[in-house]
Amino acid sequence: MDYQLTELQQEIRDIARQIAEEKIKPVRAAYDEDGNFPWDIVKVCADADLFAVFLPEAYGGLGGGIMELVVATEELSRACGGIALCLAASALGTIPIVLFGTDEQKQKYIPDLAAGKTVAAFALTEPAAGSDASAIQTTAVKDGDHYVINGLKQWITNGGEAGTYVVITMTDKTKGARGASAFLLEKGMEGFDFGKKENKMGIRGSTTRELIFRDCRVHKSQLLGREGMGFMVAMKTFDMSRPGVAAQALGIAQGALDEAITYARQREQFGHPIISFQGIQFKLAEMAMRVEAARALIYAVARSIDAGDTKCAKESAMTKTFASDVAMYVTTEAVQVLGGYGYMKEYPVEKMMRDAKITQIYEGTNEIQRGVIASNLIKEYASKK
Amino acid sequence: MSIRIIEEKCTGCTLCVRACPFAAITMHEKLAVIGPECTLCGACVPACKFDAIELTVEKREPVDKTKYRNVWVVAEQKKGVVQSVTYELLGAGRELAKKRGSELHVVLLGTGMDGACDDLVARGADVVHYLDHPAFEHYQDEPYSRVLCRLMNAEKPEIVLCGATAIGRSLIPRVAVQINTGLTADCTGLEIAEDGGLMQIRPAFGGNIMATILTPDHRPQMATVRHKVMKEAKPDPKRKGKIVTVEPLKEDAYVRAKVVDLVEEIESTVNLAEADIIVSGGRGLGTPEGFKLIEDFALALGGAVGSSRAAVDAGWIPYSHQVGQTGKTVCPKLYVACGISGQIQHLVGMQSSDTIIAINKDREAPIFTVADYGIVGDLYKVIPAVIDRLNQR
Amino acid sequence: MKVVVCIKQVPDTTNVRINPETNTLIREGVESIVNPFDEYAIEEALRIKERLDEPVTTIAVTMGPPQAEAVLRQALSLGVDEAILLSDRAFAGSDTWATSYALSKMIEKIGDVDVVLCGKQAIDGDTAQVGPGIAVHLGVPQITFVKKIEELTPKKIRAERMMEEGYQVVESRLPVLLTVVKEINEPRLPSIRGKMRAKKAEIPTWTAANLDVKENSIGLKGSPTVVHKIYAPERKKDGRVLEGEPADVAVEIVSELKRLSLV
Repeated sequence: MDYQLTELQQEIRDIARQIAEEKIKPVRAAYDEDGNFPWDIVKVCADADLFAVFLPEAYGGLGGGIMELVVATEELSRACGGIALCLAASALGTIPIVLFGTDEQKQKYIPDLAAGKTVAAFALTEPAAGSDASAIQTTAVKDGDHYVINGLKQWITNGGEAGTYVVITMTDKTKGARGASAFLLEKGMEGFDFGKKENKMGIRGSTTRELIFRDCRVHKSQLLGREGMGFMVAMKTFDMSRPGVAAQALGIAQGALDEAITYARQREQFGHPIISFQGIQFKLAEMAMRVEAARALIYAVARSIDAGDTKCAKESAMTKTFASDVAMYVTTEAVQVLGGYGYMKEYPVEKMMRDAKITQIYEGTNEIQRGVIASNLIKEYASKK
Repeated sequence: MSIRIIEEKCTGCTLCVRACPFAAITMHEKLAVIGPECTLCGACVPACKFDAIELTVEKREPVDKTKYRNVWVVAEQKKGVVQSVTYELLGAGRELAKKRGSELHVVLLGTGMDGACDDLVARGADVVHYLDHPAFEHYQDEPYSRVLCRLMNAEKPEIVLCGATAIGRSLIPRVAVQINTGLTADCTGLEIAEDGGLMQIRPAFGGNIMATILTPDHRPQMATVRHKVMKEAKPDPKRKGKIVTVEPLKEDAYVRAKVVDLVEEIESTVNLAEADIIVSGGRGLGTPEGFKLIEDFALALGGAVGSSRAAVDAGWIPYSHQVGQTGKTVCPKLYVACGISGQIQHLVGMQSSDTIIAINKDREAPIFTVADYGIVGDLYKVIPAVIDRLNQR
Repeated sequence: MKVVVCIKQVPDTTNVRINPETNTLIREGVESIVNPFDEYAIEEALRIKERLDEPVTTIAVTMGPPQAEAVLRQALSLGVDEAILLSDRAFAGSDTWATSYALSKMIEKIGDVDVVLCGKQAIDGDTAQVGPGIAVHLGVPQITFVKKIEELTPKKIRAERMMEEGYQVVESRLPVLLTVVKEINEPRLPSIRGKMRAKKAEIPTWTAANLDVKENSIGLKGSPTVVHKIYAPERKKDGRVLEGEPADVAVEIVSELKRLSLV
């Protein structure tokens, strides 16, 4: 089926696919094994302009939007969800600057991020604040023209590798949800350190670290948005980035589906290729249906966001929830189709299953997402009369 | 080939006069004139800022083929040693000469190689044309092609053969264009057609197609021949032949692209092109340590170690060992593919090997479609067993 | 400095097959690609441009049918400055002699070219003859099988030429023609900006009339060699399958090797 991509989106898809096939596939197993940050792949993506696709032209971007980010992320994730995440998570850390940055801040940070000279990271989660984001305890205390930041962020993708960080802190506990503020931090700032690299089940091609703030002084010009806007920065960012996460899940699912079909055509049992058995056919049909449904939902929401629709929070949550559940289903079934071989590390599907799991957890667990969807439904219907 | 001054464009600036290494250009009434000393080296052409000098290599009319006779072999020598491909060409050349009822000649350019001339006679040369000059010690494009062109034009051989080696494929294309004749590269077969012409048989499209090429109207018919395909001529010390000294001309040594150094890379370069036996490892080895087993196997067989692209990409073995479309093309007497699935890009690099053995635990692996002997099994069990058996004998 | 890169559009030969009955090429399902060796030539031209302090103009040229324009667009998308297509029925049937003649005339017309870069060979013809042929027609020196350019100035070049047992180091004045091997570099991927730019670029087409070519030196008339016939190579039929206990297999295979005088 023709997905009606624009010329720019087609170019993005073609290049991302070429990089996925030629550059990522040969090294994905190695990165999964040793968990190092794939700087060489990041450089290839950067040189191909993939970091710039969703950023404004005025700051070195290609002027595309969420749909462009979705297409790039989907294609790269088809080869490896972990390596693709380096780009997707950098987008997550860059979108707040695009949405809330002053012109100076945009000039300072976006060009290098668009050129892929460095990557970005977004830091909200803490040991005691996951789904309950309002429970964050990292503080930023005003001191003259500066803020002093203390606290700990956990499980931050691109942590330690990124040059630019958007960090959500509490500036005024008394104000509750209006008491948080977002700051722009840079690697190398005094008082800003990194903890150990996490040893993960999947997406091991992506690097996850703690961020440690000990009396880290930042100038007030590093405040992103106004004081008190911290959670709004986060929420608005997530509304735009969720289709990106969904695209990662979609890509992982598509990659697993490709492997399953290829295998089923070659593998012979009982004198026939197993794809000729109805049991396998029904499985593959179900997998393909769900992948296509996820794709349709993601593309529709991404296009709406790019068209300027600001009321897609519910649908945005749906893309992430649905696509991640699809990814988990499809990758598990793919392992099943490959049978014993699917369980072996020599074949790529067990990694895809391990990679898929996180998409149901991060960027807002699917439970939280369902809550968001439900509360939006309630609001909608309540206002209808 | 011809050269002329385009008078309308010549401004009389004399830049060409200064550029000519043979002092062949003079000025007459503010126009450049090219004299008989000109060797068509072309140095004046880029020197002229007004594009007033035109060097043309053009088609002649079809030649009188009856004036061309004999089969010539251009010998390849490195450091004063005749390379084995020359003996293969003598073997093939003798067959062609027999069918044409003509002689087999060899051209040798080098220095201090009188012994080699006798050797070439023993290998079947009726005549050896030998040029001995220090400037020809190592191969250089311009001096070698200059001399060859002169000899071809003077002696008019019917057929000229040379190895399809780095030297042959740099040298012969230059000669063929300069003397206005046809050249077929990398032949794996040579036959004489019914009309007496040379049928030049070679692979194309990466070996997926065979083509027969003819040079119907031009002479000599030139061909570079793939190494290790033809049978070497055996030496017969009783053979008699003539050794003709070729006198170098002063301008022969003139060179614009000069060889300033020769670097041998014995360790890091694996001369897969020369190996008679190659044992290659692929992704099926599972770990880089598997190449230790491949090395042992190669040692036991007396062969070289090759690799598929997957193993090189995984960093298990350097690129110099890679066989395939993006690596080296080989055609040894024996190629053993271990743990290599046989993707078409790999097959293209080795499928013309004489005998192919494949060891793979996947019965469906495409490598088995080109293997003479397909061993389905665990290479970590099969290879040690074969090495054992080889050592027993 | 002006650098011309000669490139060729070729069928993806890994998929090329012959119909064994008619002995003609099966063209369906065979993609057209940039000759892989030419990708390395393009990359080297771009690196020369990046490396040299002085301004370098890179120009990609190809001789082919109108659809060969696609490879020129690809060169532009990688960063090559200009591209020119040489296309004319009169060139049809050219062998390497006629092709190198036509390309040399094209390069002469471009004028003031310092370096001509070619890939070592095209993967359809596999001859490696056009590069040296162009050098002779132009009257310039050549360095074939270049695996590294050690030094390049407007006056001279020093390069490593790959031989079987190592390499030669060759110094030459300019202008010069180089053919390159895959060891020389790692070709870059196009960027999205590059591809968008290439889509909009103007690629002029030159014909035989644009060049100062002699009619009997181009196309079929200008080709001393002709293809008499093409046919499918003999494939190995039914290789023997050996299975069973490794020790038994070993005995069998070694005795075969002995029989074939390979050990």
